[in-house]
Amino acid sequence: MSKVNNILLAGVGGQGILLASEVLSEVMLMAGLDVKKNEIHGMSQRGGSVVSHVRYGDKVYSSIIPEGEVDILFSFEMLETCRYLPLMRENGQVIINNWKIAPPSVALGKQAYPVDLAETIRQQFPNTKVVDGLDLALEAGNSKTVNTVLLGALSNILEFDHELWLRALKKMLPERLLDINLKAFDLGCRVR
Amino acid sequence: MKKVLLSGNEAIARGAYEAGVLVACAYPGTPSTEILENAIQYEEINASWAPNEKVALEVGIGACFGGARALVTMKHVGVNVAADPLFTLSYTGVRGGLVLVTADDPELHSSQNEQDNRNFAKFAKIPMFEPADSREALEMTRLAFDLSEQFDTPVLLRSTTRISHSKSVVELGERRTDLPQPRLERNPAKLVMLPGNARRRHFEVEKRLLDLEEWSSCQPFNRVEKGAGKVGVITSGVSYQYVKEVLPEADVLKIGLVYPLPKAMIRDFAAQYDELYVIEELDPFIEEQVKAMGIAVTGKEKLSLCGELTPGRLKRGLTGEPVPTEDQSPDLPQRPPNMCPGCPHRGVFMELNRAKAYVTGDIGCYTLGFMPPLSAMDTCVCMGASIGNATGISKVLSEEEQRKVVAVIGDSTFLHTGINGLMDMVYNQSTATVIILDNRITAMTGRQENPTSGYTLTDQLTYKVDMEQLCRAVGVEHVKVIDPYNIALTRKTIREEMARPELSVIITDRPCMLVPRDNLEKRQPLFVDHDKCTGCQACLRLGCPAITWDAENKKSNIDKIICTGCKVCQQTCGFGAFLEYGEQS
Repeated sequence: MSKVNNILLAGVGGQGILLASEVLSEVMLMAGLDVKKNEIHGMSQRGGSVVSHVRYGDKVYSSIIPEGEVDILFSFEMLETCRYLPLMRENGQVIINNWKIAPPSVALGKQAYPVDLAETIRQQFPNTKVVDGLDLALEAGNSKTVNTVLLGALSNILEFDHELWLRALKKMLPERLLDINLKAFDLGCRVR
Repeated sequence: MKKVLLSGNEAIARGAYEAGVLVACAYPGTPSTEILENAIQYEEINASWAPNEKVALEVGIGACFGGARALVTMKHVGVNVAADPLFTLSYTGVRGGLVLVTADDPELHSSQNEQDNRNFAKFAKIPMFEPADSREALEMTRLAFDLSEQFDTPVLLRSTTRISHSKSVVELGERRTDLPQPRLERNPAKLVMLPGNARRRHFEVEKRLLDLEEWSSCQPFNRVEKGAGKVGVITSGVSYQYVKEVLPEADVLKIGLVYPLPKAMIRDFAAQYDELYVIEELDPFIEEQVKAMGIAVTGKEKLSLCGELTPGRLKRGLTGEPVPTEDQSPDLPQRPPNMCPGCPHRGVFMELNRAKAYVTGDIGCYTLGFMPPLSAMDTCVCMGASIGNATGISKVLSEEEQRKVVAVIGDSTFLHTGINGLMDMVYNQSTATVIILDNRITAMTGRQENPTSGYTLTDQLTYKVDMEQLCRAVGVEHVKVIDPYNIALTRKTIREEMARPELSVIITDRPCMLVPRDNLEKRQPLFVDHDKCTGCQACLRLGCPAITWDAENKKSNIDKIICTGCKVCQQTCGFGAFLEYGEQS
């Protein structure tokens, strides 16, 4: 594997994006690869846009994904997906969580939440996958496991052993939350 | 050796541990905060939050004078506050090693300016390391302590947001256990900086820089990486990574110690290329020094003085080729940060807006009171500035306009550098109003303890500053403590104190909603009774993330998942539409 692979995680503060990128990076590390991840903290807990860059390969230099070279846009929120589409490679893969969170201008009735986003994105990136993350998280038993459901869905399109994912989850999650997250991950894996 | 993924901040904490550090001290500030938060996992390190960066550095200096290795960390603007001890520490030198980490914030992700603190190294005549990833952050922290003792100097280590908050692979080492035990040892000629002593020390400082420059020219952290041999690039820190990404063919002189520069090495390198670049973020710090050596280089003609570099921005600067950026079209609603649901500051800013106050603001979560719809902040300069700014502006206004001036400051910022301004207000008889938003925590940086919390960095119970007594002790006669969840009282108090032609202080005493130990009271989320909601939108003036507008039905709604039940919205509604679950509508 000489090429560096680039995954951009996007969403809204509070959705568990940073934990998801931790788990993801841990999988790469366990697979014996060089990995870098990068994000901006600070404002993330206050409902702002959050992005996290994860890059892996034999040797990674920049922790920021070069603009236009995102291989997989892994998005936790519909609208946030759109913000980062221009940073993708032409034939990139998009995974979107089917969840809309109103930004302040929409909540205050000043602006409309864009409609038919999934269709618009699919026109540009035909193999876009939409995941009902919240429904599956509730099925697992806790709405806060959306991030783990989505990781399950992502694991289907990456080339890493299922076992590595489970090990990374066990390492990164507190024990009392492990069972419910393993269930959420499994539900995510079944998304085709 | 064990390989782990660490952020730059975690790696710095680990490096300090491995270097045998005994004392670590800081004031929190993005992007530096996590260094101390990680240092507490090492029992051998006595780690603490200081009320400001100057105190943090002075504590570190004391520990180093006692013979221990000490780590002091802060964000870039914190070094401005700590500059006074720093510049003289350069003269005294150290006993145990002392490393000051400055975490800069190019692009102003969470700061009020993007000053380039490499300039502090030159200004204070102190060597500075600049790591390019977490592995280097760990190694250079370790090395910085050795350097500090070897050359009898404090050492600066400069991180940036992209180093501090990026994770990369690091190999862990062992802690040094061979360092001498700290004990008292007098050396007044070196440590008492009266003019006679300091004059002699200055010669040592200048000699030290020359020695360091010579030494650093043959150290492995300054190295040449050969490429195709056509283009030469001098770079350091995170910029190095972007150079490797964008110019994989270039020959690179990577500088690890950015001050003093390894001039002999630069001269040898530069002589080999017709096409030579200096690639660095923000100021032309290396470029100007290289040019002063009489070497022709290209730098800031191609790259911006403002903002951070990225691979794309570097490519655009060098080639002129356009690079894609995030979609910034106006049709895509922005998602700026907002005060959290249940934040005790929200109602205060709504009332300041309604009272048409001229608000001199300060640094903290409450700076978000600037954002619409609260829109109640008129100035914000630096930590503690709100109070002095209110005093100054009141001096030049008519009596009528003076009454509009309100300084707003949080508890941590007040104790950081606001208290001095309040003493000045009393002493020089200012007439302005001060509101101290006391939520008992340094919230904006992620909820760090401070002297109003009652807890230390390591979660030990401790004395809690009594804000009201403190204000009275410096001579403020009119001090009122209010519950900011009580909107009628908040409104009445703000208006009365603004009208008062004398200095007064209002203290709000609700804890930050995100600190569990301070929020033991059970609260229920509310809902909007659509039969009662008239669609007047009064509640929307709060800008609470839990309240959304249903444009179709022209009614407000509450998101019960994020509503904390603070009931501030209930008090903005003239129609009794905001109800608790279980209440009859």
